Amino acid sequence: MARRGHTLRAGSRPHGAIAAPAPHVAPAPLAPGLLTLARWRLLAMHRDAGVGHVGGNLSALDAMMLVHHEMLGASDRFVLSKGHAAGALYVTLWSRGLIAEADLATFHADGTRLPGHPPARGLPGIRFGTGSLGHGLPLAGGLALAARLQGRDGRVFCLTSDGEWQEGSTFEALIFCAHQRLANLTILIDYNRLQGFGTTEEVASLDPIGRVLAGFDVEIREADGHDLAAMRRALTPGTDRPVVVVLHTVKGHGVPALEGRLDSHYLPLTEDQVREAMLGVTGSPPTRESA
Amino acid sequence: MRRELCEALVARSARPDLVFLTGDLGFGALEPLRDALGPRFLNAGIAEQNMIGVAAGLASEGLEPWTYTIAPFCYARAFEQIRNDVCFHRLKVRLLGNGGGYAYGVMGPTHHALEDYGVLATLPGLRIFVPAFDGDVAAVVEAAGAEPGPAYVRLGRGEVPEGREAPAYTPWRRLRAGHGPVVVAVGPIAGIAWSAFACDGEDGPDVWAVSELPLAMSPPPRDFTERLSGRTLCVVEEHVAQGGLGQALAAWCLEGGVPLWGFRTVTAAGYPSGTYGSQAFHRRESGLDAASLRERLTA
Repeated sequence: MARRGHTLRAGSRPHGAIAAPAPHVAPAPLAPGLLTLARWRLLAMHRDAGVGHVGGNLSALDAMMLVHHEMLGASDRFVLSKGHAAGALYVTLWSRGLIAEADLATFHADGTRLPGHPPARGLPGIRFGTGSLGHGLPLAGGLALAARLQGRDGRVFCLTSDGEWQEGSTFEALIFCAHQRLANLTILIDYNRLQGFGTTEEVASLDPIGRVLAGFDVEIREADGHDLAAMRRALTPGTDRPVVVVLHTVKGHGVPALEGRLDSHYLPLTEDQVREAMLGVTGSPPTRESA
Repeated sequence: MRRELCEALVARSARPDLVFLTGDLGFGALEPLRDALGPRFLNAGIAEQNMIGVAAGLASEGLEPWTYTIAPFCYARAFEQIRNDVCFHRLKVRLLGNGGGYAYGVMGPTHHALEDYGVLATLPGLRIFVPAFDGDVAAVVEAAGAEPGPAYVRLGRGEVPEGREAPAYTPWRRLRAGHGPVVVAVGPIAGIAWSAFACDGEDGPDVWAVSELPLAMSPPPRDFTERLSGRTLCVVEEHVAQGGLGQALAAWCLEGGVPLWGFRTVTAAGYPSGTYGSQAFHRRESGLDAASLRERLTA
């Protein structure tokens, strides 16, 4: 059960320091009802804000929820490299009681702490501001290396989009992480195969990305990114090298009118689409208690 | 300044948090540091964007990363990593850029750094160090290491006029005193400006070396500002005019109502002849050699 009532802490912190890590909540199985609730909250948030980017949020939400609820302990780190999935991250942190409901209501509004891409400072549970693609994996590599140099346990999860593997810096980081044999690093790829202005295959194909990356000294795994049990199996720790988990996902997952559609990358949701999505999931809204 | 840099970092290597990342540079210079740091010395390969992102990740965990490469491969190649990953997060990453100005000489313009501190001075909270003399490097490493936010160090080759001794490092320091124009030079070119007027008497110029920027973080000291009234201020930089100290000082004087008699700058002109050569060659082409400075600043 997610905790409610936590308020967002003020944004300032000492010069050069990172916000305190998220309070450690003992991992517990992610209840499907809570996942549904998070999806509804994400849809409502995007609908209320009248903003797009929801397709890539919906494809990534299940993995983000799973990692945050079942795998992230106090010594673990999560980096959202695909910063345009900020909404899914905010809702995930909300589901863990780290972001208040009142703050979700300000998403995209003037004066919000929750802009369209995660801010650099001031939000618990968010270590790095991201949004320009190709930045997350180098940062995650630094975190994984730091744990090794400091003799600490702890895993680092980095969620990338599939399109951002067109960024050279992502490959710079992959080469580095593989060469350094950062076995505490798990790279998730939201393989929804749609990017801003076409399919990944049409624009600059690396498909199938798992086969392409298999040429690097990493451990490649594949899983359905909307199947919690499959993701649990795929996200077990690696042995002696970084793990790359290709998550086969659907852009706009859970919203029939958007699923697999390119325009889900940009267009805002309509009321009908939200209603259809909510009815399509369970037929009636779940309550917090049922989650 | 590479030897001095290596010595200073070896002296600092006992700090357990220090991590050094090089972009495949340092052959014949940084081996002692590699030996001193062991696993905390990493050749990050020819991948500067990743190197600086990794450094940001390390700094966020409380480590003290220093990155090292040729200056443009740092500030130009990886500018977005410096902006987003380091400066937006106010992380204590120390960026070492070797070869400030035309220091890489005939290696050509890809290796020159003529706009580094102007570009970087636009970023929030980033302090820029430009040691003027080789003897400054130890103090600069200490100061950059103690900096509470990000830092960039532009390294070059210091030249102290023959028979002179550079005064101890401070962000702003007077190299010679005179009643003539007030000459301000950034980093190693201050040594050239000093040598241009080293033999002048009391009627010659004041010559100052500036080694920390931007002005908002390292404002001119009072004994400098008190000398400006009624005099000509001359700013000398191995950097393009745009974004340089000259522009910043001009604005600072205007805002402060400083009654200057005149204002001149001598800056890097790029490659006016379309040919290439040593650092001294490029400085001459820009009027940044001692003879040209003497002519331009006292005419």
